[in-house]
Amino acid sequence: MCSRFRRIGLLGLLLAAAACSGKAVAPAAPAPRELRVCADPNNLPYSNRQLEGFENRLAEMAARDLNARVRYTWWPQHRGFIRNTLKAGTCDVVMGLPSSVELALTTRPYYRSTYVFVYRRDRGIAVRSFDDPALRKLRIGVQMIGDDGINSPPAHALANRGMVRNVVGYSVYDDYSKPNPPARIMEAVARGDVDVAVVWGPLAGWFAARRSFHPNAPLELVPVSPQIDRPFLPFVFDMSMGVRRGNDKLHAELDAFLERRQPEIDALLDRYGVPRAGGPGSAPAAT
Amino acid sequence: MFYRVARKRRFPGKRVAGTALCLILALTAAGCRTRSESQKQPTPKATSTQSASVAGARVAAQVPGTAGPDDGQWLMPAKNYASTRYSELGEINTQTVQNLKVAWTFSTGNTRGEEAAPLIVGSTMYVVAPFPNFLYALDLANAGALKWVYKPPVDSSAQGVACCDQVNRGAAYADGKIFYNTLDGQTAAVDAATGKEVWRTRLGDINKGESITMAPLVVKGKVLVGNSGGEFGVRGWLTALDAGTGKVAWKAFTTGPDKEVLIGAGYQPFYAKEKGKDLGVSTWPPDAWRLGGGTVWGWISYDSELNLIYYGTGNAGPWNAAQRPGDNKWTSGLFARDADTGQAKWFYQMNPHDLFDYDGVNENILLDLEVNGHRRKVLIHPDRNGVLYMLDRTTGEVLSADPFSFINTTAGVDLKTGHINEVESKKTRLGEVVREICPAAPGGKDWQPSAFSPRTGLLYLPHNNLCMDFQGAEANYIAGTPFVGANVRMYPGPGGNRGFFTAWDLAAHKPRWQIRERFPAWSGALVTSGDVVFYGTMDGWFKALNAVTGEELWKFKTGSGIIGQPVTYKGPDGKQYVAILSGVGGWSGAVVAGNLDPRDATGALGFLGAMPDLPKYTTAGGELYVFALP
Repeated sequence: MCSRFRRIGLLGLLLAAAACSGKAVAPAAPAPRELRVCADPNNLPYSNRQLEGFENRLAEMAARDLNARVRYTWWPQHRGFIRNTLKAGTCDVVMGLPSSVELALTTRPYYRSTYVFVYRRDRGIAVRSFDDPALRKLRIGVQMIGDDGINSPPAHALANRGMVRNVVGYSVYDDYSKPNPPARIMEAVARGDVDVAVVWGPLAGWFAARRSFHPNAPLELVPVSPQIDRPFLPFVFDMSMGVRRGNDKLHAELDAFLERRQPEIDALLDRYGVPRAGGPGSAPAAT
Repeated sequence: MFYRVARKRRFPGKRVAGTALCLILALTAAGCRTRSESQKQPTPKATSTQSASVAGARVAAQVPGTAGPDDGQWLMPAKNYASTRYSELGEINTQTVQNLKVAWTFSTGNTRGEEAAPLIVGSTMYVVAPFPNFLYALDLANAGALKWVYKPPVDSSAQGVACCDQVNRGAAYADGKIFYNTLDGQTAAVDAATGKEVWRTRLGDINKGESITMAPLVVKGKVLVGNSGGEFGVRGWLTALDAGTGKVAWKAFTTGPDKEVLIGAGYQPFYAKEKGKDLGVSTWPPDAWRLGGGTVWGWISYDSELNLIYYGTGNAGPWNAAQRPGDNKWTSGLFARDADTGQAKWFYQMNPHDLFDYDGVNENILLDLEVNGHRRKVLIHPDRNGVLYMLDRTTGEVLSADPFSFINTTAGVDLKTGHINEVESKKTRLGEVVREICPAAPGGKDWQPSAFSPRTGLLYLPHNNLCMDFQGAEANYIAGTPFVGANVRMYPGPGGNRGFFTAWDLAAHKPRWQIRERFPAWSGALVTSGDVVFYGTMDGWFKALNAVTGEELWKFKTGSGIIGQPVTYKGPDGKQYVAILSGVGGWSGAVVAGNLDPRDATGALGFLGAMPDLPKYTTAGGELYVFALP
């Protein structure tokens, strides 16, 4: 509501400006507002330069709602992404960030997803939990991130249970000259290089929903259990948009957009096969 | 002429004074110079040490311009193969340095961290700037007028893919060519006279996170280059390129089977812990070595008599420690290799199974000292882990291991076995908050290279005083959206100052004097026969101290914080000059160069927590300053 008032105010101002310009013409269309989005040009299912990701679609949706046009600043989502985009001031919003990050001011969450076990249905596997003894006999793929003491949650959950020798690491960065580098772990499951992989939901869901990616067999996705492992290792995360700290205006506008358009956002996420774990959209009782 | 000191073996809670060791700084004529200042030196010990011995003085003779006495040029970042950063020039000395004035300046037009050492060859200075790695040639006969600039074709996506570190640590000169590396993984040879490219070789794939930031070393017609990017799962290597053609002569990986690490029949490590077949495979879970890290982004030294090169390897990556049980060979250690073939001679691992990001890539200073009555060829290595190692560089035996920084992650090195004693309570584990880990990830000392004066027998160490909390409990890193890592918060160590500049007495195994710095001392050091030692601070001061006493003799405020390497040279006019690149950045300065939000204490891998006030003291911007006496 607040944002609508603001838009009317802006329009009024522009009309006033046009009136004072001395050009006796009908009010020209105001210079379109830009929604400046920081995005990875090569990271489906989230975003790419061809605008095929769900975050691309979400950006379009948000821009329409704000009566703006999307303009992208492309940068790989590697370490330094936020610093070189959002914080450098070349763009104003990142479409997908864990809600708890300190790097940016995050909006209300618009989905909650989970890590999932991914395996081929023709493998006779039925893993549902990190505590399943069957895991110990399988070759398990996880994604590796950095050398700073922390890695992707599945790597820790497996190591905490003594599963080390049967774990295969895939760099989340991999070869950036190839399409969607983080997807290599999904291809490894499809090829049978690993029996099972533990992968963040949106990537797994998107890949599994496209049979051409895994012609040999359909893939099964099973949300991992427990959702929060001991001692405190969550596998379920709320996801938000993020703006620069201090950009309260855009933050409020995006919050309002997300609140209004949650059903359409849910439909978008469904089309991309994003596994949900309750939370926004699916848990209206919580509001 | 010599120091008598006790050989120390350090264990938790007790210090064993071992055999008395007699440490004599052996001499070469080149190191001797009688000066009036030296007669005024307050301690008789210091006066007695003017004799010197930089091993490799003869080695340097193989590089044009360094034969015999110091010719006043600066052909490689560390000045010589022994990596002493010691100059024979003495016009600028303890008596005259107070009159030092700016002679001329030059802007690099770059706002990233300037870590490079300028080179001086004849009457030309060469400066490498951060990405996109322009190489400038400046005319010393004409107040640094630009002669030419070489702009290598670099992959513009390199900045995005190569994350945080866009620095370059400098070039090397040999055979009429300037050799240096680009962030996107290339080595270039440029005609020193014309600026024309002679050859360019792609060594790393930036698309896989493999970058190059180190300065190459040219040894016997080979250009030695190593990679960066351990945090991306890059597998570390050092390679040798033919200086004439740019063709790869050999490549030695840090992890993997012996054949690829270049470990063969000639490999004779001192310690049992470094022996065994294919340890680069067997000290890892299956295949983990393929993403094992151990990159080679630091310094290389060379001993022509032994024909060995020395360098350190980076920490293990990208696995969390629990996922890579084992010593993770050959990460976080020192290699000695045959300069011709690259075959390993020995290896010593300072930090097996690294938990704290303690790379082993810091500089190695080669000296000839008398230990226990025997002349030993030693290697001095101040490590990230806060320990200053003295090794026999022929064998890899650790002769002493002294803490030069506040340490609580380890408690002493057993010289018999080479093992470092780890402190159980400081081990990081997921789900546990471990507080007061000292030194923090950037170490007791990071890449910033120290200098050694044969006149004072002191090693001049710019270093850090940082501790950290590791809050593994908040781990919520999501693959594909890599925004949240461990919550690492860094803060000043004991005393509250974040840096030190320390004159370390090699013979006494302790500091002779120490300067406290507000920020980490992130620049290199330079020491001269004028008994003046130079370094810069992150708030922009370029300082000259009395090398004997530590007294501040002169300082100048440059435009930005200093993280570069000071050099000195004799200009075409016969005068002595001192040069330093100013321009804050690097890991420690990312808060300024990267324009980070100082409210985010975990930014720049936790370094921001320790540096929130840096933006109040300095702004970004690369500029070269050249000083001389009026």
